Amino acid sequence: MNEFVFFINNVVISGLTIGSIYALGAVGITLIFSILRFAHFAHADLMTLGAFFAFFLTAMFPAVGPALGLPTAFVMLPLAMALTALAAVYIDKGFYKPLRRHGVKPIVIVMASLGVTLMLQGLIRMFMGTSSRNMYIDDRKGIHRIELPFDLANRPIVLTDPQIIIIVLLVIIVIALHLFLTRTRLGKAMRAMSDNPDLARVSGINTDTVVKVTWIIAGSLAAIAGTMLSLDVSLKPDLSFHLLLPIFAAAIVGGVGHPYGALAGGFVIGFAETLSVFNWAVLLRPWRDFLWFDLPPTLAFVPTEYKITVPFFILLAILVWRPTGLFKGKVL
Amino acid sequence: MLMKLPMKETLMMVALAVAVLILMQVMGTAYGVRVLVEASCYAIIALGLTIQWGYAGLFNAGIMGFVAIGGFSAMLLTFPVNQRFWDSELSGELGIAFLKLIAAIALVFAVMQLHRIKVPRSIRLPIILIVMATLYLWVVNGFAPVTQGIVSEFGFIGGLGLPVWAGWLVGGILAGTVAYFIGHICLGLRSDYLAIATLGVAEIIKAFLKNSDWLTRGTLTVSPLPWPVPGASEVGFVMARALYLSVTAVLIAIIFYLLHRAYNGPWGRMMRAIRDNELSSSAMGKDVNQRRLEVFVLGCILMGIGGAALATFNGIFDPNGYLPLNHTFLIWVMVILGGPGNNLGTIFGAVFVYVIWVMSEPVALFILNAISYLGDMWFAWEAPSDFSSRALQARVFSIGLIITLVLRYAPKGLFPEKVQHHH
Repeated sequence: MNEFVFFINNVVISGLTIGSIYALGAVGITLIFSILRFAHFAHADLMTLGAFFAFFLTAMFPAVGPALGLPTAFVMLPLAMALTALAAVYIDKGFYKPLRRHGVKPIVIVMASLGVTLMLQGLIRMFMGTSSRNMYIDDRKGIHRIELPFDLANRPIVLTDPQIIIIVLLVIIVIALHLFLTRTRLGKAMRAMSDNPDLARVSGINTDTVVKVTWIIAGSLAAIAGTMLSLDVSLKPDLSFHLLLPIFAAAIVGGVGHPYGALAGGFVIGFAETLSVFNWAVLLRPWRDFLWFDLPPTLAFVPTEYKITVPFFILLAILVWRPTGLFKGKVL
Repeated sequence: MLMKLPMKETLMMVALAVAVLILMQVMGTAYGVRVLVEASCYAIIALGLTIQWGYAGLFNAGIMGFVAIGGFSAMLLTFPVNQRFWDSELSGELGIAFLKLIAAIALVFAVMQLHRIKVPRSIRLPIILIVMATLYLWVVNGFAPVTQGIVSEFGFIGGLGLPVWAGWLVGGILAGTVAYFIGHICLGLRSDYLAIATLGVAEIIKAFLKNSDWLTRGTLTVSPLPWPVPGASEVGFVMARALYLSVTAVLIAIIFYLLHRAYNGPWGRMMRAIRDNELSSSAMGKDVNQRRLEVFVLGCILMGIGGAALATFNGIFDPNGYLPLNHTFLIWVMVILGGPGNNLGTIFGAVFVYVIWVMSEPVALFILNAISYLGDMWFAWEAPSDFSSRALQARVFSIGLIITLVLRYAPKGLFPEKVQHHH
């Protein structure tokens, strides 16, 4: 049974955590894709920026978290979300809107977003240095060990605070996003604009407001994802480079322009990554006498250093077999 | 107007020549020639990008990967042969591992053809997946002991000891092959997908080169790579580098001439038509995706050759030295600043941007030292210990700023594309 607990710890829990983070990033990408029709390459840097804001606020008020019994960075999350959303709105105003006004091809805006990526990366590293940081300043990461009641397993299931928080948060966000998109005027306007921007404009929808709201949602979700990821691991300035490919793969796997698809895509990519670097030899060891081959000490599909290939090959596979994504995306 | 344009371009060329001469005076001739050689290698890579972006409007965000393939090929083909490895049993075992790989690929293809013997789809997919997973593990476990043995006994398999031009040529061919597969998958889809896929493939190529110690020595790096011309120990630094520069200059001249002919010929006209109005050119009967694939592969071949020339000149193959900033975004700046679709502008942009890039490091450090000195003197402010590494990040920021500003205010670059009209 210990092997099974190991599987739960290394695959189920970490897959859920990383899947939720990818899902939050992918929802933002897919919303921008469907409203503004371009691939926003600077999204992973918005995540880093959000985490950076959270870290900054934590360093300013380190005692808030311990007083409430929660990680300080999590308590500061609403503020960090607001700051990131503001930054996203102003980045759009400064760099993408003038290009849209010019009526350039979407691919030129994609290039501009790569320029924004570099600017954000440069700024973050200038202010924060290039080393990684611990998000916990006055408090420590809460780790919960759940002992299993039966005797077969003597290893506990390990859960950390940020892992619990991100999974709970994701459920809340999904419900809120669903209600927003289906019940409110703005949400309906967003869906209308993603279906047909010209028709939306002539029927009196204020497209500028819709664009702004899109950036606010995308920016806040990016801040949540970035903060929770750096709470779970650590805050690295080059976080974005490891996130960019998985979140794009998640958005495309789910079908671009499809928020629920992006959620599913995030979990597909997250679980694919954890399953492929998982050492299957551990699970097979109890049955080693029945196997027809010698069990090697490590039997992982992909060595950890090649983890980045997993989202890439999933992306290629989906582009070959089903370019619209699992849930028929709108924009192709 | 027609008289004014060459004037402006001539002036800019003269200004560039003066800048290079000043660089040589200040930093020494040997250093100046080195910068020029590196700039010329970058110019080859930038020409590859200008035909992708300028001629056809394709967004390649993974230039680094193709440059790295070129460098890898230059290393593998030209580095002296490791005779001890080829005499040992491990070379045979490596051959067996490769045979397993080929057999596995053949089997996967065979399984993919199951629909021909009327196997229903619902059974086919699981069969394909299981066969692929099993064969994959079989191949990987076939390679693992051999490659580990090679690393522990010989370091790496060594090169093939072929002449330099072969390494550069194969670098181009390898880069083109990778580009063919990527382009084949992505070019029929939205233009953004190509950018995402190339970005990913560049990271994967780097990860592969960095971690395949048996093939590339990984982080230990391989040096010295042989040069196509006499080295510095025989004829001195300046002369050796000048000879190398003449080789790359001849290469650029050939590429420039061929591209110039192609651009003004029917092929170039067709590419521009596809770029400017995809719909109407496909209505005219042009196979848009096929043509784009053509130009994408061609551009990547040039990138591979340029990358090979760059690695050979540096004399060292270091997979960790390939950075998106230096080998993707810097080249983007060269092309969009110089003028996409204008070959002369691209070469100008390459030399101009590279000279500034090289100079920006000492300048940035100088400014930051001044800031930290003054800050210390006036406000007793102590600079953080990693101040200089942070200072260099200012270059990352400036590259990003230049990209966004040029796109907004000068989308045609310094040398706008000139389309010849035949009346």
